[in-house]
Parts: sequence; structure tokens; C-alpha cells
Amino acid sequence: MNKIESIRKDWGLIESLIDKDSKILDIGCGEGGLIKKLEKNIKAKTYGIELNPELARKAISSGLSVIQGNAERDLHQYSNQSFDYVILSQTLQAMVNPRKVLFELLRIGGKAIVSFPNFGHWKIRMQLLLTGRMPVTEGLPYAWYDTPNIHFFTIKDFEELCSKSKIIIEKRIGLSSKGNQFRIKSGSNLFTNEAIFLLSYQKYEPIKIKSKNKNFLKNTALAN
Amino acid sequence: MSEKIKIVNDKKLDCKIISFTNFNCKLNSGSNLNELKIAYKTYGELNKKKDNAILICHALTGDQYVSDINPISKKIGWWSRMVGPNKPIDTNKFFVICSNSLGGCSGTTGPKEIDPDTNKIFGATFPSITIQDIVKVQNYLIDALNIEKLFAVIGGSMGAMQVLQWTIDYPEKVLNAIHIAGALKHSAQNIAFHEVGRQAIMNDESWLKGNYSEKKIIPERGLAIARMIAHITYLSEDGMHRKFGRRLQSRDIISFGFDADFQIESYLRHQGRSFVERFDANSYLYLTRAMDYFDLSDIFSKSVEFSSVSNQHINYLIISFTSDWLFPTNENKEIVKILSYFTRNVSFTEIDTDKGHDSFLLEEPELDYTIQGFLKSNYEKVDPNE
Repeated sequence: MNKIESIRKDWGLIESLIDKDSKILDIGCGEGGLIKKLEKNIKAKTYGIELNPELARKAISSGLSVIQGNAERDLHQYSNQSFDYVILSQTLQAMVNPRKVLFELLRIGGKAIVSFPNFGHWKIRMQLLLTGRMPVTEGLPYAWYDTPNIHFFTIKDFEELCSKSKIIIEKRIGLSSKGNQFRIKSGSNLFTNEAIFLLSYQKYEPIKIKSKNKNFLKNTALAN
Repeated sequence: MSEKIKIVNDKKLDCKIISFTNFNCKLNSGSNLNELKIAYKTYGELNKKKDNAILICHALTGDQYVSDINPISKKIGWWSRMVGPNKPIDTNKFFVICSNSLGGCSGTTGPKEIDPDTNKIFGATFPSITIQDIVKVQNYLIDALNIEKLFAVIGGSMGAMQVLQWTIDYPEKVLNAIHIAGALKHSAQNIAFHEVGRQAIMNDESWLKGNYSEKKIIPERGLAIARMIAHITYLSEDGMHRKFGRRLQSRDIISFGFDADFQIESYLRHQGRSFVERFDANSYLYLTRAMDYFDLSDIFSKSVEFSSVSNQHINYLIISFTSDWLFPTNENKEIVKILSYFTRNVSFTEIDTDKGHDSFLLEEPELDYTIQGFLKSNYEKVDPNE
């Protein structure tokens, strides 16, 4: 499965995770193929961010609202819960601070859809074990010194970060290297080439506190 | 007295002039202009649905002659590479309107024109104007042309300021807003450069406190110096280096004097001289002042958030240039940030070039491509049959 096919496969899956008429931000949207498809197929209201100026301009020229920008620097400009879904496809491993980006996704969006290459796949493990060199595969084709992927992690690593951070994994879907789709369960780490997670924060019921004294700060106190 | 509108074709100026009588136009400064005229050009045809009108707002020293030949300078219009048949702003498809701004000097009411109250040239008695006033007057024109909605408002630099003002004052009339190389407010550094330019004009002894027209003279030297200073701010260091370097002008060795030894000196002198022929010194004072007073940093976010008329339908396109230090990328991005915060339809791109602030007027294929695509694809949404 080549890179383009893999991304397209990814798109179909991502679409299946999203409710109709949602507001969506696609981070690293490229020339906007996915959001264009989401606008057409499920009447989504979409926005995009793309680092590459040429790709961003392609997206803008096709009538999409896309900002040329950087996922690590520019997400702060969105207000809390601006979107129903925030999508980060095949990019988390290229972030300088992936944990911070992950938290930002769930600050600005109700749900986050994150897909990433799984470094725990058996072929990758075998390469490192047998050759003693950093693995180079079809899905991760770069040499160690010029790869954009600076933070490799496995499905287990990601799940651990989510549980530590009180992030709920609503759905987890795996793609095998042949492009077969399956539900990720224990043991899938070995066979999952690419993983797609649907995430949200735990929703707490608001706790109502009764108080007789409604004015916590009186104006006089503020004036001082 | 009742309001009256009249449109005439001005052969000498090769444009239309619309006059508004008894309109009692109240300006930000508190002054009134009871009579107004606006010189404007149109290109292409307004369609039956009247949904293909684009207003182009010109920059500080621009005019209504956006395309074709400018009858005053005899040169090609200032944005003719962008506007025309099959150009990025395609006049086969769109009806393009460009009016000389209030306070300008190409036929619209400004300091060069006759004050109807005194029958004398306004000169320095012309009231102070703001970008908001300029837009207010443009809106008179759009109303008079019976255009309810502008498909797009487009402008660079001072034109970009007007684009933002349109989206605040008349959001219901704007579908798409293209803002090129502008800012939410005019910066201290920009005000400083304008002030030097104005001082050069006002210290020219021919300025005569603004009444030079009566004596049939012009403060040439002051205006030329003002233009030379401004022109430096429109370029970039890299661009200047590429175009001129330290190359000498029509000589092999330096003169050990104060002639224009260097090409850059000669170029600036030429820019100054030719500017004097086409621009009015008082207009320069009034319009630079209007830019200095421009500050939407408080109002803009409120207007986006609380606009009584929703501006959620507007597609904003913000464009900046890497080498523009007059209206740098970070200032353009301030606008993007606010619009993003309120989840408005905003697109942004920074174009990599060494041509500085003037890039929007020059050959920049990426600029053409983005504007053309943005207009075309958004027009297909409005009018799918096109």
C-alpha cells in the first residue's frame, strides 16, 4: 500500500467517525482533499491549517477556509471548544511537543481524531532486532537523519498517555499493512500498521454548590 | 432640500462622476460635506442578478484607473495585470468598480477640488478625513448603483484598511473580503514615516499653508522628498540590493560630490519627480493622516463577535508578503487570529518574495493564483451555473 492509498483509506475511516453537519478543523489539511470530501459527503462546516504555503494556497483557491500556519504555534488562536471535531492525521509523530498538541486538540475541539503510524508493528520490531539499524519501511520511508518523524511511539505508548491525561478513547481502529481495517484490542499492537483514535475528555456532571453568600467579591473589595 | 444624485461621463478624466447634493455627509471629525462627488471607473458588466460586483479599494497614491490606460499619466492602470478580461479578477465574469477615494486628487471630492460653499479650492480648509469616511462615501456610490451585495471587496495597503472597515460598517453587503498587506492599526513606525513626509511638504516654502493652488505653484520639492521616503518603505533591503546593489548611475567612478552617483539615488529622484506630476500635495497630507488615524484593534474583535448584522457569512482572505516590513506578516496575522478565535471563514497565506510591501502591485504569480482561485470557487458557490 503506497502513501497516497494509505491516506485515502484513512479518509474513509475518518469520515465514518464524524456526525453529519459537524464543525471540523483539519490540522495539516494539505490541499484540502479530506475536508472537501467531508463538506460534500456529510455537510460538514470545515476549516484547515496547512504548513506548506503552496498546498495552503491550493486549498484556498478551491474555496476552502484554510490558514497557512503551524500546528504547534497557531492552535492557541482558536477559542475553547470551537469545533466538534479536530483532525490530526499522520502528523503527531512529527511534532516537537506532541503531548501539548494533543491537549490543544481537545481544548479547541469536542472530539479529536488522531491517526499515526504504529512503531510497534512486528516488521519494525524485526528490522531493529535483526539488522540493529533504525527501521525504514514503506509507511516510514525516511532515513533517521532526514525524517520529519521525530517522535516515534506505539499504540501502547499512546494509550498510556491518554489514560494518564484522563483522555477517553472512544474508538480505536487499526489498519494492517495490507489496508485491512479492524478494531484495535490487546495484541493488535503487533499487527497494526496505522492506528486511528477517536478521543474526548471525560465529561463530568457539573457539581452544584449551594451558597448563601452569592457575592464572593464585593465591589468595594475590588476597588481596593 | 432633497437629496439629489447625478451621474455624468467626464470625457477629460475618462471616467464617470457621480455627484450627491444635500447628502449632509457627517464625517468622523464632526465636519459635514453637504455636496460630494466621486470619480469612478467600472469594468465588465453587472449581471441581471447583480451578484457579480467587486469593489476595489485603491492604496494611498492610487486612483480609479485600475485597468486600461490612465488618461492622466497615459500609463497602464495600476492593477491592470490583476484586473481585466481573463485576468485573475476577470472582467468577463465580474463587474469591477473602483472609485477615487475621498480626499484623493483624481476627480473625487478632496483638497484639490472647489469648495461649493466658498467657490474656492479647498486646500487646507478641507475637513480631516478617516478610512471610515472614505468607506462611507464608497457606500453612497454602491447604493446609488443599486447594488445590494458586493460579491467581493478587495484592496492592498490603504485599500486593505478599507476592506476591513467595510466588513465592520456594512458586513451585510460584503460576501468576500480580500485583504492584502494591511493591518488592524497603523503602527508607530508607519506614522513616523508619514510624519517625515508631511514635514517635507509643509516645510516647502511653496506649500503656503496649503494654499499653493491659488498661486498656481506646487510644493514640488517637499512632495518629491515625501515620495522618496515613502518609496523606500515600499521596497525591501534584499529587493533593493538585488535591483540596484551599489551600482553607479551613468558613470564609472564616484564623483566625490552629491550628484546621484548610485543607481538607487537616481531611481528615488525619478520616483519623486514623476510623483509630483500626478499627485496633489494636500491630498498626500490628508490621506496619510487618514491612514495614521486607522486603528480597529479594539473595535474589530467586538464587531466580529457582536456584529448586530451577522458577519459569519463573509469569507475573509488575508495575504501578506515575507519581505513587507511596512505591513508585516505578524500584523496581518493579528486579523487572522481574531477571526479564528471566533471561528469565522478565514484564509491566510504569506507569499515568499523580496519585493517588499509593493509586492501586491507587482508580478507575483502566487498572488494571482490565490486571488483568482478564491474568487472563482466562491463565485461557483453563489452562482453554480457560472
